[in-house]
Amino acid sequence: MQTLISPFVSHSLRLAPPLPRNSLLNNYHQASPIRLSSHFSTTSLRLFNSGAAAAASRDSEMTTEDGKDPRIAKIASSIRVIPDFPKPGIMFQDITTLLLDTEAFKDTIALFVERYQGRGISVVAGVEARGFIFGPPIALAIGAKFVPMRKPKKLPGKVISEEYSLEYGTDKMEMHVGAVEPGERAIIIDDLIATGGTLAAAIRLLERVGVKIVECACVIELPELKGKEKLGDAPLFVLVSSA
Amino acid sequence: MSGNKVEEDPRINGIKTKIRVVPDFPKKGIMFQDITTVLLDPKAFKDTIDLFVERYRDKNISVVAGIEARGFIFGPPIALAIGAKFVPLRKPKKLPGETIFEEYELEYGNDRLEMHVGAVDAGDRALVVDDLIATGGTLCAAINLLERVGAEVVECACVIELPELKGRQRLKGKPLCMLVEYRC
Repeated sequence: MQTLISPFVSHSLRLAPPLPRNSLLNNYHQASPIRLSSHFSTTSLRLFNSGAAAAASRDSEMTTEDGKDPRIAKIASSIRVIPDFPKPGIMFQDITTLLLDTEAFKDTIALFVERYQGRGISVVAGVEARGFIFGPPIALAIGAKFVPMRKPKKLPGKVISEEYSLEYGTDKMEMHVGAVEPGERAIIIDDLIATGGTLAAAIRLLERVGVKIVECACVIELPELKGKEKLGDAPLFVLVSSA
Repeated sequence: MSGNKVEEDPRINGIKTKIRVVPDFPKKGIMFQDITTVLLDPKAFKDTIDLFVERYRDKNISVVAGIEARGFIFGPPIALAIGAKFVPLRKPKKLPGETIFEEYELEYGNDRLEMHVGAVDAGDRALVVDDLIATGGTLCAAINLLERVGAEVVECACVIELPELKGRQRLKGKPLCMLVEYRC
């Protein structure tokens, strides 16, 4: 299938100098040197969730000895890491290469669908823009509505908005009035959780209108940025944890 | 080889009634076609995707290119169902790797559409997806990007067409498939 991975191994994948921790603030940082392997991935592979026992009993595909779903390894290796994007020191987790691998993309969606089907979830909220790629296939498969959570001024009609912090300054997230109803059960989808600021804003928007957040679900977590701590009572489920 | 409307499928009317028209957005005089209300109806959303999937599943499509951001909502489900790769076409500076870009005209000034180098191969058969075709400028830029890397654009697929803006004529001869027409 698509072999986008290999050309980039020899490409400008240089080691960025390790940054001293006290200069990092809320930045992503290079936590460990890049290990160039045939998989072209720096991600460690852990099926990470906060309800491991419950998940294990539900997941019928965990056939490896250490409990990892065998599909996870392929998904992790399909993610491309781009150094110094959008600025020096940041190791950007690029899921576009996952989308080029039809098996990996299909498996990513299947892992979420298997987890969330049959649990009375009527809302899948996706955070603009990469949450728009993963959210709708999940919503369609589990019979839920898809609700886009957008940057300001993109949604037409009446919206509610929630401010959240950026490294410098703030941004806003908006949701349509009337998209969801009190008592609905929702999951929130994004490609990646870093500091958790965006997901926390999405949680606040939905909770303001009386929706119950069953879980936040991301393909990738950057655990050192401790985004999970910003999610309050909402559990977090991720496929790949990138240290 | 002109585009057609997936003729008279009974699911079309159900989709059409779910589209919300928001007057004077983003500015006065524009009747904005809001598809978010289609997404709130699981049956209407599923029907939308099914109509496209039924049309494209046997056409050997290897790439579905979706235009940011609402093309990201419709493109991936189609890609997954027909076994094609999904390629996001994005506004400038969003894609992290090496990109190529194509400029296109706005009402005032220009904008750019970018695609990752290496995402699409020469010989790929591509579908371009967006929620709506207006003037056709964005879709034309998408077609150009794909053709520059040697892909064959088989068709453009949109949920909604605004035929009075004649976007269909700006697609470099490529056919357009749309589900719902909106005339002012």
